[in-house]
Amino acid sequence: MKSKKWNIVLALLLIGTFTVQAQITGKPTFGKIAIVDATIHTVTEGTIQNGVITLDGEFIEYVGTDRSKIGDDYIVIEAAGKHVFPGFMDSGTSLGLVEINAVPVTVDNREVGNMNPNMLAFTAFNPHSASIPVTRVSGVTHVITAPQGGLVSGQAALMDLWGYSPDSMAIDATAGMVLNWPSIRSRGWGPRNPEQAEKRYKEAIRNLDKWMENARFYQQMMSEFEANPTGKTKPEKNQQLQAMRELVLGETPLIIAVSSEKDILNAIEWATHEDNASLNIVFAGVEEGWRVAEQIAEAGIPCLVSTLYTPVRSYDHIHRPYENPYALMKAGVKVAIMTGEVENVRNLPFNAGYAAAYGMGTEEAVKAVTINPAEIFGVSDRLGSLEIGKQANLFISTGDPFEPLSQIEQVFIKGYQIPMDTRHTQLFEEFLDRDTTQ
Amino acid sequence: MNNILTTLLILAVFSIGSMAQDKGSVLIQNTTLMTITDGIIENGDILIVDGIITAIGSDLSAPSDVPVVDGTGKYVMPGIIDAHSHLNTVSTNEARNPVTAEVTMEESINPNSVSIYRALAGGVTSIHLMHGSANVIGGQGETLKLRYGVSQDEMRFDQAKRTIKFALGENPTRVHGQGNGIQPRTRMGVEQIIRSHFDEALDYRIQREAYLAAKEAYQKDRRGRIAPPVPVAKNLRYDVLNDIIDGDILVHCHSYRADEILMLMRVFNDYGIKNYTFQHANEAFKVAPEIAKNGAYTSVFADWWAYKFEVYYSTAYNATILNENGVTNSINSDSNELIRHLNHEAAKTVRYGETSEADALKMITINPAKQLGIDEMVGSLEIGKQGDVAIWSGHPLSIYSKVEHTYIDGKKYFDLIMDPVDMRISVDSDDSYTDTGFNNFIQGREEDSCMSDVFELIQQ
Repeated sequence: MKSKKWNIVLALLLIGTFTVQAQITGKPTFGKIAIVDATIHTVTEGTIQNGVITLDGEFIEYVGTDRSKIGDDYIVIEAAGKHVFPGFMDSGTSLGLVEINAVPVTVDNREVGNMNPNMLAFTAFNPHSASIPVTRVSGVTHVITAPQGGLVSGQAALMDLWGYSPDSMAIDATAGMVLNWPSIRSRGWGPRNPEQAEKRYKEAIRNLDKWMENARFYQQMMSEFEANPTGKTKPEKNQQLQAMRELVLGETPLIIAVSSEKDILNAIEWATHEDNASLNIVFAGVEEGWRVAEQIAEAGIPCLVSTLYTPVRSYDHIHRPYENPYALMKAGVKVAIMTGEVENVRNLPFNAGYAAAYGMGTEEAVKAVTINPAEIFGVSDRLGSLEIGKQANLFISTGDPFEPLSQIEQVFIKGYQIPMDTRHTQLFEEFLDRDTTQ
Repeated sequence: MNNILTTLLILAVFSIGSMAQDKGSVLIQNTTLMTITDGIIENGDILIVDGIITAIGSDLSAPSDVPVVDGTGKYVMPGIIDAHSHLNTVSTNEARNPVTAEVTMEESINPNSVSIYRALAGGVTSIHLMHGSANVIGGQGETLKLRYGVSQDEMRFDQAKRTIKFALGENPTRVHGQGNGIQPRTRMGVEQIIRSHFDEALDYRIQREAYLAAKEAYQKDRRGRIAPPVPVAKNLRYDVLNDIIDGDILVHCHSYRADEILMLMRVFNDYGIKNYTFQHANEAFKVAPEIAKNGAYTSVFADWWAYKFEVYYSTAYNATILNENGVTNSINSDSNELIRHLNHEAAKTVRYGETSEADALKMITINPAKQLGIDEMVGSLEIGKQGDVAIWSGHPLSIYSKVEHTYIDGKKYFDLIMDPVDMRISVDSDDSYTDTGFNNFIQGREEDSCMSDVFELIQQ
């Protein structure tokens, strides 16, 4: 009982610090927290009405309906009529790498060079980007933040959105290698006729295959040396090939950015070649995936897709972008929804909402921003659902989180009940009733 | 085979267009009517006859030749109006001079763009087709009705007010100052470009009128006592600037920062210009009381920010603050993607700041109509207004709702059930296989579409 009172005092003190300090955001609450009377959408273990979920620090301690699990020392959050979801994860962003896209000195997602496997998004991720608080208050707690450009752009990182350093925010600093698939297309800035395009494409693939061969050789050479260095000369270290070692072992996924039908088919052919059997391949973008969904499913390649773009071809049906995730899912592809955004990653729930409205349904669309990406990136033991022992990443919503009319009221990231203030809310508070004499 | 199909398709589309009349009639029954100006009517009927809303009520009947639509469980709202669009421009920017008031969008309408159909499918019936933002005083806009399948001229919104684009801040200073080494390079220069051109236009008018008077006197003078006057040539650019000063043209000013919004209001007060709209206006919330006091309007994005420096200190709560301060605000798209779901963009004003649902809907209907001077004709469900309406499968602010029918002047231009796969009007052999961009899954944004064709120009 005594400790409960102390918690109230502490909470008041915390509120005090919010108002006194003119900092970017306030301080979080952390410790033993219980959310009660809510509809709990566990994602993997059904939906619990009038449920109880308790957090003990970083982890989910209990999910169910038993109120006796709540000790006296818990901060209790009444959430009758509200909904609890696992934090959403955006599988394709450059959040934290780009502050203002039109100001080049603030753009850190595009390194010079064509082959940059050693470039780490993790390194350039700015944990103090103004876009991060704006993103997380919408219930998006995790992002894949990816570099761009060249053939191999570098490695994307899986980050959570609460913390003061990339180190504390990284779930996986090397979550995936980004490969921008060489296009066979003959339009745009490239060659103007199909023969030239074909030639250019084949050359690019030859180079890529050569690279992969070198990477496999390097990996084999290094691991043999490391296993038994006695009497051997230490091979020279190559930064780029060193960065490919986990990739060729299939430990780091290869994220292939690919959009159009022909390119997807070419990428499938490459991905299913026996030389690349060890790779863990994921497709991203995949705007024309609906045209070749069966083939993608057969190859067993998961897809990261968005919905809020205009139809790719002028003669495409108006709803193709909205229907693409469901077309892939129906064929048997594991689908994760992404935005492809930087400052508006907060629109992830709406991207998923369109997928839900156009075939996928709400339940599957929720999976596409929670457990599916967690599985694709190999972190479903920690993230992606509300289960005992998993990291406490969740949010409380007044309704369906895909509906713009719903409000996201509170967000927890690794157990921290994060402050809901952002640049946007601070400007709102400052200017709603502005002093008009000044 | 494909060619035969496409030819048939073109014929089909055109024959639908030519068989039907430009104005239509329809009775929608037992539906929820979002009137915008008079609340929500449950279980209501709405009758459109020959393009005009003639009755709103219950148990309405219609002549036997008027199609009847059962609206049970559905919602009818006025067609969405987008006050900022470059949806179907042929070109967007005439970027070679800081002032190009004489150019117009009238000659730059592509009536065949499939983007028109895609916008109709989002419940949009009218757009404000705008010149880009490369110039301080850009070209004149054109308000369109999205009558897909008609000629350039037939797309124009009859009796809409004339409009013109102004632009402040980064875009004109980048194009002219940074790009070509001429004024304006700064926001100081932007102000002086406006003032000097207005002053020149006013002087021109005095000189031109004096010349015309002298010419008349000279022509009437039969006895040869009056010397022929030195001609003052007609100047289309100055004529347009004078029309602005006279209040015949509504200014829509691309702007972002609060200080430049204040600057333009000072300038306009000096020249007596009223009835203008700040477009984008990401920082309008910082000077909302001043905007309200001057009776100016705003037309903003729901949530775009941080893609360039002048929108870095902005907020998605902009619309709510403006609304709370009594500013007539609209939510626009400036994007061929956002225009597909402006209902959803408007709904964001409820999320960010809890604007009422009724006011959110005004921001995509009657408010943009006011800003374009067409609010007497469209923007709400009222008897006597034009029959531009859409039927929605559910509440228009829900992400799950779809547009089922879109009508303009009572004529159906979009039908979800009848919606074929390919709705292009003209098939360009060049786009039989087209792709957008490169294989790259992160899009990012560094520009509003106001600058869409400028950089090709600068790079040349």
